[in-house]
Amino acid sequence: MKTLLNVVVLLLASTLGLALGWSMLDLPVAAVRLPEQVTAQLDMSGVAHPVTAVLLNFRGYDTLLEIAVLLAALLGMLVLPRHVAGRENRPVPASTMLQTLARLLVPLMVLVAGYVLWAGAYQPGGAFQAGAVLAGAGVLLHLAGLLPAWVTLGQTLRAGLAVGLLVFIAVGAAVMAQGTLLQYPPDWAGALILAIEANLTLSIGLILAGLYLVLTNSGERA
Amino acid sequence: MIFDLLLAAALLWSAAQALTTPDLFRAVVMFIIFGLLMALAWVRLSAPDIALAEAAIGAGLTGALLLDAVGHLRKKQRNRSP
Repeated sequence: MKTLLNVVVLLLASTLGLALGWSMLDLPVAAVRLPEQVTAQLDMSGVAHPVTAVLLNFRGYDTLLEIAVLLAALLGMLVLPRHVAGRENRPVPASTMLQTLARLLVPLMVLVAGYVLWAGAYQPGGAFQAGAVLAGAGVLLHLAGLLPAWVTLGQTLRAGLAVGLLVFIAVGAAVMAQGTLLQYPPDWAGALILAIEANLTLSIGLILAGLYLVLTNSGERA
Repeated sequence: MIFDLLLAAALLWSAAQALTTPDLFRAVVMFIIFGLLMALAWVRLSAPDIALAEAAIGAGLTGALLLDAVGHLRKKQRNRSP
């Protein structure tokens, strides 16, 4: 029975693989040359790196929805019934070595996150990567026993989780006065994008760290 | 060229290992290795943005979550067995 199931799964998987490969080869050549269009409009975008220009300016709507999806994912986890007895509120202290290392590394990681955020304007980097580094710092602090798991979320933490999406929506609504959603005036674009990205970094870092710090406590039953 | 071929072979090998090994911990470690190699592959495809995201989220955060899950599973098993 199990071998039969394996054969069926193998057949289905190889069919899917072949179909995907065949459709890749069968794709028509794109009618519009997007890279050229991006390069042509790059001066208007307020940043010098094409990927950041696409993510935060030309297709800013996608990024807005993305952060909304991330926040929704964390909110979904928070409404799930969790085991919040509070016994495991204090983290298990790790070895002194790990704690010292974490104390040394975390400030550096925050610095790196700030640099990656700033560098996103003209080279690979940006809010998502910076947020991921911040989240990594949070997870490291928890594993070293310096940061308790998130059993209940205080007001400041909730505000931090939401601020990225809220600032993004606020900027989008503010520039709507001149016609289109999320179309920044070229003179202001750089500053607006940096403001959005700084808030996004904080929220993404907290949300990604939250995915770990909220879950890590929920299974702690003796 | 040789580096790219080695990279592709290592990717396939680590992916197969992660999927087939019966030891969960080993599977998670292979998954993290796969993520890091994938980040290298993105760099070779001149997409450093995606490489950064892959290394940080694909290998780092997902790896940490999976390791945490394995730890919980082991704790549960230990509590049940005696």
